[in-house]
Parts: sequence; structure tokens; C-alpha cells
Amino acid sequence: MTIDELDQIAKTTQEENKKFDQEISVCMGTGCLSQHSDRVKDALAKAVESQGKNALVRRTGCMGLCAAGPLVLVEPSETLYQHVKDGDAERVAASLGGEPLAELQCNLREHFDQQVHVVLENSGRIDPEKIDDYIARDGYRALLTALNDMTPNGVIRQITESGLRGRGGGGYPTGLKWSTVAKSPSDVKYVICNGDEGDPGAFMDRSVLESDPQRVIEGMAIAAYAVGASKGYIYVRAEYPLAVQRLTVSLREARRRGLLGNNIGNTPFNFDVEIRLGAGAFVCGEETALIASIEGKRGTPRPRPPYPAMSGLWGKPTLINNVETFANIAPIIRNGGRWFANMGSARSKGTKVFALTGKIRNTGLVEVPMGIKLREIIETIGGGVPDEHTFKAVQTGGPSGGCLPAEMLDIGVSYDALLAAGSIMGSGGMIVMDDTSCMVNVARFFIEFCMTESCGKCIPCRAGTAQMHTLLTRICNGVGTMDDLRLLEDLCSTVKEASLCGLGQTAPNPVLSTLKYFRNEYIDHIVHKKCVAGVCNIQAPVEVLV
Amino acid sequence: MPALTPPPLPSDDKRWKIVNGTMRKNGFSRSALIETLHTVQSSFGFLDDDAIKFVAQSLHVPLSQAYGVVTFYHYFSLKPPGKHTMTVCTGTACYIKGTDKLVAAAEKHLGICQGQTTKDGNISLMTARCVGACGRAPVVLTDGELQGQMSGEQMLAQLERWAVE
Repeated sequence: MTIDELDQIAKTTQEENKKFDQEISVCMGTGCLSQHSDRVKDALAKAVESQGKNALVRRTGCMGLCAAGPLVLVEPSETLYQHVKDGDAERVAASLGGEPLAELQCNLREHFDQQVHVVLENSGRIDPEKIDDYIARDGYRALLTALNDMTPNGVIRQITESGLRGRGGGGYPTGLKWSTVAKSPSDVKYVICNGDEGDPGAFMDRSVLESDPQRVIEGMAIAAYAVGASKGYIYVRAEYPLAVQRLTVSLREARRRGLLGNNIGNTPFNFDVEIRLGAGAFVCGEETALIASIEGKRGTPRPRPPYPAMSGLWGKPTLINNVETFANIAPIIRNGGRWFANMGSARSKGTKVFALTGKIRNTGLVEVPMGIKLREIIETIGGGVPDEHTFKAVQTGGPSGGCLPAEMLDIGVSYDALLAAGSIMGSGGMIVMDDTSCMVNVARFFIEFCMTESCGKCIPCRAGTAQMHTLLTRICNGVGTMDDLRLLEDLCSTVKEASLCGLGQTAPNPVLSTLKYFRNEYIDHIVHKKCVAGVCNIQAPVEVLV
Repeated sequence: MPALTPPPLPSDDKRWKIVNGTMRKNGFSRSALIETLHTVQSSFGFLDDDAIKFVAQSLHVPLSQAYGVVTFYHYFSLKPPGKHTMTVCTGTACYIKGTDKLVAAAEKHLGICQGQTTKDGNISLMTARCVGACGRAPVVLTDGELQGQMSGEQMLAQLERWAVE
């Protein structure tokens, strides 16, 4: 496959699409599929045919606004229909070429206008299982350009210049990671894509893998060329069957087109990718644990250094990046590192995908430039808290992150600002809570999660989280004392400082952040024996505090 | 390592050939342990002692290590599932929208705890750590099929339907 051949495929596909007067895209991501968007698509295809319309009905990945699913997009008029049932198909088909159906139309301009799509540029626009659709939207151009016109170092320079930082949560500079692996001397190296999105409340990686899998494969191939690897693994959760299926098809398609395998782009570069299924262990998101899992072992982390960049999978230098990080690579190579660095804030470049969920109107997936205020994401894009409840907190970073109150909503979203506020960027889960959530109970929920997910290798995490859970349960049940609270704070610092891996080191974050911003709720539970949100079931006090 | 003859298939069941296929595809490499266990679970629904022994022997992995892997990962089940499975997602978004109440209601209705199967082997009640459909929270999986914005009544109605089947 050469660039000219790629152009030819792109041209043919574009011309094929131009033969139709309209293109109808039906969202078939997990969210919309659960509302039977597959039936909607079949019904639309049938209606279009029976009414003799010259329209293309296409399956696509996630369009983002899960709350309004099933979603249907009609182009070129860019009409978005929400809550479409298969019974609506005839009407939708009949309206093609005329006035759009007002009663089905989704008019959430403010939801879409503030977003900038880089990672999600093809999501909801292409058929994820058709490689030619991806190629028609500039797919694999970056890989072939890199192979033909750039040196591995040149690729790394662009990535470094872009300022891209790891999107899995750690925020380690991607260019630096790549150059470390590239410099590690070895004839065998590996590239791993971390799709073990165990973070509850986050589904960015699932969505990217379901909507635009080729983009991730292309990013991995470019990375492999840059660091000198010829074998890659994508580690995906077994809980994401649709993502696994679409990846399997996509890998086969990429091989068929000669974009994976030997002598890619008529160059000496060889690269292929295998899928490895996770088996439900949150700790496997940690890179050394993930490597152990690929090796077929229990997913327990090991001390670093040596970092995987020096000694990773089977002891060989290994590059591990998150799904979203790889999804950013192709556009950076296509448009140059400087283009990417122009977006975002001083030390956090580009855009970030967030999974906006919880007590918020427009739940779903959003992509925003770094540096945007939390308030804009929640109130403008998210549409605010529904049902006349009031906003209480937003949780970012999953079990490793923290809860931020209303007065922190004006900070800009960046790695450093969120860290300074007591939370973390994390992989991109953003869960909004209203006045019906009890923050002590939320802290207990997260500690319970970390307690069950602790692999048990190091004591601070294994025993510490269990003790923290006991203390928080006592407080929630109204039998906690101020001594319990002091002990809890002590334990937070022990677990944070002494744990082996990221899971334990960040496990106390939800407790620390709620203690920082919602200490009064802890005091209410302990001293006044009441839960303002009415969540905790506090019995009549068993002991009277003096 | 000396080439050992692979153990005989545990029974005539054709599904063992699928399991063997996964191991062969991976060159009977030890690192294929998790992949193979996935195949066993998707073919048989759970992992019993015979299956773990067979896989361990075939891949030359100590039985202790194979058992360690099976018990480490939540996805693997050592017990056969019921005829139907109700899985309630307990991820953060679902928790905020009250799935703890769904779990409690299902437990009360079925008279079992989460992770158990009713005595007649009809319904299993499971919880999941986030299925990634947070936009549709609260979410349950009925026999693996995702259902969003689930209310307690809807869920109990589904359990009722299964019970009278």
C-alpha cells in the first residue's frame, strides 16, 4: 500500500458516498444499541428502499449524547434526531430532502458548539468496521507519511513538540516515554495499548474502540515505527464485547489492506497486533500489572524501576499507552506537533474526552479543549443538574480522584489544576452529584471499591483500605467518633505514602478530598448523628457523646 | 523443556475441541493461560476443577498457578450460572443513581445474596464493576443484554417473568 493507493481508496469511497442524496448515520454504540438502534437502522434501510429514496443508511459508533439515544444523524443537512424508534423510520425517510421532523429533532446546540473533536472526529461519522470509511477521512495517511518521509526520531520529535501527555490518568509526557523506549537497546520491543478501563464511571476508551478502532491501530503502528517495535497488544476488558468484536474485525481489515503485517507501505517496517482480554481486575490498569496479565499471570504490580520502557513484557523494552493517547497520534502526525500544542492550556495540550455522567441532563461523551472551566462542561455542555436539585460535587479521576465542590467549578481543566485542587485528571470519568448524595457515603463507596480491587501484594493497600472501609462504615452508620476520624486521616497518609502502586497510592484521594471540602458532613454524621442527604441509615444513637 | 504429551480431552464434549483450538493457536504457550480460561468460560459458562486441571496440564502451568489466576480475576466463575442471570452494574454513575437499592431489592425478592444462584438454579444475581454504559445509568444486564435507566419495578417484573417461565 502506497500513499497513491491510499488516495485512490479514499477517492473511490468518497465518490461512492456522493452518489447518494443523503447519508443517514445511526448510532450503534453500546448506549444506543441497548435501546435497539439496530432495529432503527434496519427499519430506516427498509423505509428508504420502499419509498425509493436515494439515501445511504450507515451504522456508526457513538455520537456522544447517550442521554438522547438512539441518535440518528442526517447529512448533508446535519439534522440530528433523538429518541428515534423503529416506528419513526417511515416518517424520517419521508422527510428526506424536505423539512426536518421538528418533534424528533435534537436542538442542543450549546452541547455541541463548545466541543472540539480530535479524538472523536470520526466517531458517529464512519462505519467502525469499514476500513475504507476511515481511509476516506484521512485514515492511515499519517502512518504512511511517517514510514516514507520521516525518521523514527522525527516522529518522536513531533510527538514531543505536541506536548501530548498520557491520557490514562498519569499525564506522563508521551514524547519522553517514546524516546526512552526508542533508546533502550534491544532487538525485540513491544507496544501495548491499555484498554483496561476499569475506572467505574468512565467509558471513553470503550467508545473510541467501538467507534473508531482503526485510529487506535494506526496510532500503535506509528508508535511501533518510532520506538522500533514489531509486535503490539491491545488489552481490552472482557466486559466490552462490542469493542472486542469491532477490534477483531478492524485488525483483519487492516491486514487485508496491507496496513498491518510485513513490509507495510512497501517499507521494511513490520508490525502486527493481537488482542488480549482482561478478566475483571481494576489493578491491571497499572502498567506492570497489565504486563503480568498479558503474560498469563495474576495481575499484580511490581516495583518500578525498572520501568517497562527498559524491561517490560517478557523482559523486553515495552511502550504502554492508553487508548486515547494512541487515538491522538495520527492527527498529530498529520497536522504537526505545533498544531496540537496550540490547543489547550500551558502545560496540558490538546483536547480531552470526558464521560459526563451522574446527576446531569446531557449524559454522554464530550471532547473539550484542555483549560476549559469545569463550570462550562457541567452547566453549558452538560445542561446542569436536572429535576430542580442543586449541584453538590463533581468527581473526577474515578477511585483515584477526588470530589470538587461548587466553589471549585471555575478552575480550568488541566493535569496541574486538578491535582492542586485535590483531585486528578484521571482517565476522564466525570460524575456529577447533587444534594441527594452523601459525601461520606461516596467516600465509602470508593474505598470499598479499592478494598475489593486491591491485589493484596502490599500491606498498606491490602490492610489499610480494609481498615479505612471499617472506619467509614462506622461513621456512615452513626457510631463513628472523632477518634475514628483522626485515625482515618492517619491511615490516609500511610496508605498514600507506603503503597506499592498507583492503586494504593491514590486510594485515599476520595476520602482526603471529601474531608477537605465536605468535612462538615463527616462532623454531622459523627457528632449530630445525621445525614443531610438522607442516604445513610443512622439509627437512634447507641451511645451518648459527652 | 521436554515435550510432554498433551493430556486427553476430559470428555467427548465437542466444546473441549474449541478449548484445545485456543491453546493450539497460541502454541500451547504458558502465557495463553488467561486466553484459554476465557474460552472455557465462554464455552461452558464457568470453570470447574476438571477444566482447570486440563488447561493447566496442557499448558504445563502448575495447578496452583492456574487456580491462583482463576481466583484472582473477577470475570472467572467457579460455579455454574443459573438459567438466567441478572447483573446489576455497581459503577459510580449507577451508584449515584441508586443501584444499591436495586441490588437490595433483587436480593430481597430472590432471597439470595449477590453472587449467588437461586436454589432451583433458575436465576443468578450478579454485580458488575461498571459496564461502561454510564450514560444510561442505572444499568442492568438481563442475560447479558444491556438495559438502561432501570427502575426497581422493571427489574422485579423481569425477575417475575423468569420465575414463571
